[in-house]
Amino acid sequence: MHLTGRFGRFGGCYVPEILVPALEQLEAAFLDAQDDTAFATELNDLLANYAGRPTPLTKCRNLTGNIYLKREDLLHGGAHKTNQVLGQGLLAKRMGKARLIAETGAGQHGVATAIVGALLGFETVIYMGAEDVERQKLNVFRMELMGARVVPVTSGGQTLKDAINEALRDWAASFETTHYLLGTAAGPHPFPIMVREFQRIIGREARAQTQEQLGKLPDAVVACVGGGSNAIGLFADFIDDPVRLIGVEAAGKGLDGEEHGATLLRGTPGILHGAETYILQDSDGQIADTWSVSAGLDYPAVGPEHSHLRDSGRATYVGATDAEALAAFKLLAEKEGIICAFESAHALAHALELAEVEPDSAILVGLSGRGDKDVAQAQVLLA
Amino acid sequence: MSRYAATFERLNGDGAFGAFLMLGDPDLEISARLLDEVIAAGADMIEVGIPFSDPVADGPVIQAAAQRALAAGVRVGDCLDLIRALRRRNNDVPIGILTYANIVAARPDFIRDSAEAGADSLLIADVPALEAEPFTREMEQAGIEPVLIAAPNTPEATIQRIASLSKAYTYCVSRAGITGTHAAGKFDKGLIDRLEAAGAPPPVFGFGISKPDHVKAALATGAKGVISGSAIVDRVSRGRSAKELVGLLKSATFNDKVRNDSRAQRLNRPY
Repeated sequence: MHLTGRFGRFGGCYVPEILVPALEQLEAAFLDAQDDTAFATELNDLLANYAGRPTPLTKCRNLTGNIYLKREDLLHGGAHKTNQVLGQGLLAKRMGKARLIAETGAGQHGVATAIVGALLGFETVIYMGAEDVERQKLNVFRMELMGARVVPVTSGGQTLKDAINEALRDWAASFETTHYLLGTAAGPHPFPIMVREFQRIIGREARAQTQEQLGKLPDAVVACVGGGSNAIGLFADFIDDPVRLIGVEAAGKGLDGEEHGATLLRGTPGILHGAETYILQDSDGQIADTWSVSAGLDYPAVGPEHSHLRDSGRATYVGATDAEALAAFKLLAEKEGIICAFESAHALAHALELAEVEPDSAILVGLSGRGDKDVAQAQVLLA
Repeated sequence: MSRYAATFERLNGDGAFGAFLMLGDPDLEISARLLDEVIAAGADMIEVGIPFSDPVADGPVIQAAAQRALAAGVRVGDCLDLIRALRRRNNDVPIGILTYANIVAARPDFIRDSAEAGADSLLIADVPALEAEPFTREMEQAGIEPVLIAAPNTPEATIQRIASLSKAYTYCVSRAGITGTHAAGKFDKGLIDRLEAAGAPPPVFGFGISKPDHVKAALATGAKGVISGSAIVDRVSRGRSAKELVGLLKSATFNDKVRNDSRAQRLNRPY
C-alpha cells in the first residue's frame, strides 16, 4: 500500500490475506486516476450531465434561524450515494472488472449501484438482509428493474451488517472479476479515503455556495452519520476552516437504552469490517444489535475518519432520536415543501435545536437524500 | 522445543493432521468431549475457534457453529477455560486458536490469557501480514506463536513478511473464498516452494479438506500437514461422531515413501 490508510489510530486494512491484493489493486487504480485528466473529465461529465450536479443550496424560508440545506436529495438516484458509485464504477472499469457487488440496508446504495451497473454495463449483485428485502420491496423492484440481482442474506440479524459480511465473503472468492462497491466511507483501506474523495464534492460546492449566498462561511455544518459518507463529504473541505462540524447519530429510542445506532457516542474502539473504529459491542467484542427508524443509520460501526475527528475534537457528535427525526421530517415537509430522507431528518433535527439557541448563526445542513423511500413508513408512524 | 516443532519432528515425514472445532459448540460440556474425541481419533494438532458474531472469513458451517455457541451463552472466558482444561488433560497436543481481530482487541489481555491457558498458537483471520506486527510482537512476549495465512495470490514481499513474523506453522489456503464451501481446493505447489524458499514456518493446508484424496493432494505439494474444519464441524453438528472421519483423514497423512524408506533401511541393515 502507498497510503497509510490511517486516521490517527483508526482505519487500517483488517481483511483476510486473500483480499489484500484486491485492495492494493484498488488503491493503485484510485491513485492512478487522481492525476488522469481523462478520468476526471469523464467523472465530472457524469456528475453534471447524468447525475445533475451541482446540487442547489436552499435557504429555508419558514424554519427558525438561518438554515441552509445542501440538496443532495435532488441528485439522480435521490441521495448523495450517486456521487461515489459513479467514481467507483469508473475505477472498476479501469481495473477491467466485469461484475459489481454491493451491500445495502434500506436499498439506497443498492439502487445507486444498480444505476451505475446499468449505465456502465456491469453484472450487478446486491446483498441485502432478508428482513430488509421484505421491508423495502419497492427498492428491491427498482434494483431489479435496472438489471441487478438482489440476494437476500439470511445469516446473523439479516440486516446491513450481515449484508456487508456476505458481500465480503463473495469478494474473497470473486475479486479477480469483481469489484466490491462498498457504500460508505467505512471498511478497509482504501475505501474510507476513496469514498471521502468521491463525496468531497458535496462540501466543495456547499462551501462556494455559502460564500456566494452569505458572503461568508457558515458557522456550523451539520450532517447525519451512519457509516458517515455524506458527513465526511460535507466536512472535508471545511476541515481547515474555523467552522463547527457536527455529526448527528441515530439515538433511536434513546441513548440510555440499547436501541440506537450511536456508535461514536456509546461505542468503544474495536475492529469490524476491515477497520479499527468505534463499534457498538459487548465486553467480549461481539457486535451489538442496533436500532434506528432510518435504515441508513442502523449500523454498529462508523467510518474510521469520524472516529479520529471525534477523538481529536475537530468534530463533535450528537444524537437525534427517532421521535426528534420524525418531527423534523414532518416540519420540513409542512414549512418548506421538502420531503427528506429519515437519515437527513436527524441532521435537521439537531440544526433546529441549534437554531433555537443561536438564531443568528448560519447553519449548513446536509440534506443527504429524499424521503420517497420513507413515506410509507412515515404514514404509519405519523398516524 | 515448541509443541508444534515437537509434533512435526515426531511425525518424521508423515503429514500432521489438524482438526478444527468451534469452542462452545453446541455447549461447553459437549465441546470438551468433542476435543477429546478428535484427539483420540488421531488428530495431531487441535485448532479451536473462539466464536465471533461476524465471521467474514467463514462459510455457512462455521458461521452456524459460532452462532450455536453464542446462542448457548458461551463467553470468551469460557473458551479459555475449555483450553485450560484440555491442556491439563493433554500436555502434548499443540492447541491453536483461530479467531477474529475484534475478539482479540476487546479483551485487554487476550493474548496473554490465551498463552496462560495453554494455547500454543494464535491465528487472527482478519489480520493480514500488513497489519500483523503489533499482534505478533505481543504474542512473542506472551509466549504464544503467531500463525499467518498465505494464499496462492500472496505476493513475494508478503511471503517474506509472513516468514519473518510467524512461527508455529503457515496456514495455506488452497483457493480463494471462505471456509467450507464445497469448491475443491487447488493445492498449489508453487506456494509451498515459495514459503520454503523464504524460510517460513511449516506450511499446512486448510480450506476444502474433507476427503482422504484432498489430504493426499495437499501433502503431495510438500506441505507438512492439513487442517480440516467444516467437514468435522458439519458432522458433529448433525449429532454424529467425528471419530471415523478424523481416523480416515489421518490415515491419508502417512507418507509411504518415508515409511518404506525407513522399513527398507531396517531390513537392509547388515548383520
